Amino acid sequence: MTAYLLRRLLYAIPILIGVNLLTFALFFMVNTPDDMARMQLGVKRVTPEAIEDWKRARGYDKPLFVNAAAQGGARFTDTIFFEKSVRLFVFDFGFSDDGRDIGREIRERMGPSLAIALPVFVLGLFAYVCAAVLLVFFRQTALDLAGVVACVVLMSVSAMFYIIGGQYLVSKAWRLAPISGFADGAAMVPFLLLPVVIGIVAGLGASTRWYRTIFLDEMGREYVRTARAKGLSEMRVLFGHVLRNAMIPILTGVVVVIPSLFLGSLLFESFFGIPGLGSYTIDAINAQDFAVVRAMVFLGSVLYIAGLVLTDLSYAWVDPRVRFA
Amino acid sequence: MPASSDVAARCPVPRSVLPWIGRWPLATLLACVLLVGCSGPWNDPYPDDDRQVRSQTIYSAFSARPKHLDPARAYTSDAYVFVGQIYQPPLQYHYLKRPFELTGFAAAEVPRPRYLDSQGRELPADAPASEVAFSVYDVRIREGLRYQPHPALAVDAAGKPRYHALTPGELSRIHTLQDFPEAGTREVVAADFVHQIKRLANPRLQSPILGKMANYIVGLGPLSERLREQAKSLPRDAFIDLEPHAIEGVTVVDRHTFRIRIKGKYPQFVYWLAMPFFSPMPPEADRFYAQPGLAKKNISLDWYPLGSGPYMLSEHDPNRRMVLSRNPNFAGEVYPSEGAPGDREAGLLDDAGRPLPLASRIVFTLEKEQIPYWNKFLQGWFDSSGISSDAFDQAVQMNESGDIGISDEMAARGIRLQTSVATSVFYAGFNWNDPVVGSGGKAGPAERERARKLRHAISLAIDQEEFISIFRNGRAIAAQGPIAPGIIGFREGEAGLNRYIYDWVDGEPRRKPLSEAKRLLAEAGYPDGRDAKTGQPLVLYLDTTAGGPGARSRIEWYVRQLQKIDIQLVPRLTDWNRFQDKLRQGNVQMFFLGWNADYPDPENFLFLLYGPEGKVGRDGNNSANYSNPEYDRLFEQMKGMDDGPARQQVIDRMVEILRHDAPWVWGLHPVDYTLRHGWLLNSKPNSMAQNELKFHRVDGAARAAAQAAWNDPVVWPIGLAGVALAALVLPAWAGYRRRERRLGRVDARGSAGDAR
Repeated sequence: MTAYLLRRLLYAIPILIGVNLLTFALFFMVNTPDDMARMQLGVKRVTPEAIEDWKRARGYDKPLFVNAAAQGGARFTDTIFFEKSVRLFVFDFGFSDDGRDIGREIRERMGPSLAIALPVFVLGLFAYVCAAVLLVFFRQTALDLAGVVACVVLMSVSAMFYIIGGQYLVSKAWRLAPISGFADGAAMVPFLLLPVVIGIVAGLGASTRWYRTIFLDEMGREYVRTARAKGLSEMRVLFGHVLRNAMIPILTGVVVVIPSLFLGSLLFESFFGIPGLGSYTIDAINAQDFAVVRAMVFLGSVLYIAGLVLTDLSYAWVDPRVRFA
Repeated sequence: MPASSDVAARCPVPRSVLPWIGRWPLATLLACVLLVGCSGPWNDPYPDDDRQVRSQTIYSAFSARPKHLDPARAYTSDAYVFVGQIYQPPLQYHYLKRPFELTGFAAAEVPRPRYLDSQGRELPADAPASEVAFSVYDVRIREGLRYQPHPALAVDAAGKPRYHALTPGELSRIHTLQDFPEAGTREVVAADFVHQIKRLANPRLQSPILGKMANYIVGLGPLSERLREQAKSLPRDAFIDLEPHAIEGVTVVDRHTFRIRIKGKYPQFVYWLAMPFFSPMPPEADRFYAQPGLAKKNISLDWYPLGSGPYMLSEHDPNRRMVLSRNPNFAGEVYPSEGAPGDREAGLLDDAGRPLPLASRIVFTLEKEQIPYWNKFLQGWFDSSGISSDAFDQAVQMNESGDIGISDEMAARGIRLQTSVATSVFYAGFNWNDPVVGSGGKAGPAERERARKLRHAISLAIDQEEFISIFRNGRAIAAQGPIAPGIIGFREGEAGLNRYIYDWVDGEPRRKPLSEAKRLLAEAGYPDGRDAKTGQPLVLYLDTTAGGPGARSRIEWYVRQLQKIDIQLVPRLTDWNRFQDKLRQGNVQMFFLGWNADYPDPENFLFLLYGPEGKVGRDGNNSANYSNPEYDRLFEQMKGMDDGPARQQVIDRMVEILRHDAPWVWGLHPVDYTLRHGWLLNSKPNSMAQNELKFHRVDGAARAAAQAAWNDPVVWPIGLAGVALAALVLPAWAGYRRRERRLGRVDARGSAGDAR
């Protein structure tokens, strides 16, 4: 297991280097530091001196990869690439283009992102699995057909529609919850009710269908027939045996997203005024703050890789037959 | 809304319920939420504010976090919403009077310049600009002004700064500015204004007005060079101490007076003194924030301002909300007792003489999307709102005579509509150096005249009135020249008519017919849109950064406008950075841009077409690269003149030259529509003032009553949802039971039998 983990982590390094190189090339070769400076300083009364000062203050006045004017190792460390990209590997994200410490911002914004993403994930998973099990239980009946049709309808609707429709009905017409906003501590609950419910409903159609398909695949297996032959109730068969055996395909889709929960949701955070990492990324993209975007891309890559490793580990947890070589 | 503890006191939990709570934590949580909601509107977005706090609070919103709060750097409207209330520059605009009038803010009065010749001899006040070598402004500040409480100004018993040498131990306990246990204050003195002007030259701050001010303030440019050299020799985050550096043209006269010497005669300089760039800044602030480790904790002057204005930033979470609270040390300013005609009748002088600020607290909530913002305004959670295009029909209606007014729905809620023409201009520019549409590179006068007629034909064909009607819901006025209404030099009515594009008919401007555009096009050498010599169709290129579906329809509209005179317009969509590159290199033919005035003087608009401000080669603000020797000469004359008939005459001539040459398609001046609830008092649009919130007041009782009436929760959907869920679950449960019974797998208790 340990050897496997180490190997996976070593595999991650070239992937992250590749991601880093790609983002560096995109952000620094396509969009020059001069462009960044102009974007940050605006267009009113900006002088070439101000642009030079801006670049110098942020280390963007250095060469990209090799500093011929430096000596020894500084030839490679006193460069934009080292300062802006290599340091990401030790999670030193540096400062945003408007001078804020990115690492601190990320730590502050993780909480609000999790506050919405975690309930949506946990309650959603529970709701989707229950709905799928229900449909499987009533398979080949009118209820199953109606459920599948409802799922197709639900998954055909854009998340934007759920958000705007939910805000209109729940917050505007019925005035049952704040339409947007956030608060600290327990006061955040009323603000989270609507986005969490909408988040669950928005994923209900696609996820329920997916889990239903998985469960139906399992229902034809011999162990199910054996369980029934033992006289187990259908509910016990479904939850005690089918669900457990269907865990591997479920985990494939579920565990990989767990680390990414920290990154939040771009759409939900923006519409509901949740001050999480999703809105941080959107703001950075809109402001062309590439220091933040680069950090978030790197963090996203790391968390995705972590999700994949976790998925592999979870296989062994749910299926004792799986062994890591 | 009462705090949750109040609710608990009113709804004590019976002991018998406690085990139930342990078994059903989620249901308990939901029940708690509902119980808390019972005590007031369920959709209340301010659960922490009690009734007393609310009655003194203005609730507003912001859509984007301000980039900078340092007064040397802030230069956007997003930032001015906050910076304008926190800092106290020497001057301000009178809140009520129109046209805009400067008054003292930190300064006791508006300083009058003394003019000196090159020998240092004093000249009369009406000396022509050509004789003036220097202008000297003595700014006398009011005594007794004090800074907001701030740890940078905290001192110990010996009078030494308390937090200017933070130890690692102290630093480890500090995470925000509020973690400093002590705060201090001191009097604002003249030296603080001098220090702030030196800060404009600090290369670490990249002040946007350094280039402009270095041209005027004596010694600012050399100071900037010295500091830049010093910065190069220091580590990137090392402190640059400005105190040892002197600035030749800015000196302290006495404790409450400082002197600024500027080059030549520049009457517009006083307007700059009304901007936050010239607010006082204690040197202690720079020393405090420069301490190692604070920047890493995001504790900087750019994040935690230190001002002497009416408000201070008491809560700074631009990801969620920002709160301004009354600066307890602000005193001495009262609500004005004079205003413009009609202000008294409108109740705008009812609070005359009352100490400012009138509201104790202003809460700004981040609202990025229009829909939540608009709905919260309608529910009474925000005191004012703009009107998005989507909400326009709901908010505004046109009466039979064509006048725009508030809709019946809004009027029933006591909402008022306020409109004001923005001191801005949006235009489509022609590149003066372009071989087709420009006249700059043309060999002879005949060719220049042909290009001029082409520009006029295009200007005529683009029906601004239609554009305003379709795309701005009528919220703009067609521009007759570069100067916006409300600015000195702007002429109303027929006197301000651009006669190249409009006729004056029945007391209003009427666009000349399209046949005139076609005639001009033919005279320009393009009859029916084709080059008379080659027979090739005339194809023009429009560079634009506009993206998205709304922008696409606008661009298509422009294409159709030129199709009316058989010109093919090809839009070239480009990102902002490439667009700026193209402008700098002159690789554009036509382009869209706009300008918001910094101050209410025509110089602030007319310089946009001043030759030496050309974009190509000089990186100036004249993006059209327009150049006309007569115009340039008049501009240099006009900017040094005092306001009066003589100056107006020069301005009229300059505007006439521009209308004749048509370097821009004169676009539009936006009209800002703002909706305000009836409980928000003393509100009057002022596009120049950035500190108007101190004049606003709320009728807290009226607001609380309206919020309660408008936000009564509708609970039947919850019951309906419960019934629907039951209707889904019960048949399913019954079906399950039936099936299990049929298969004989349910025991007598209804639970699954275990066959093992």
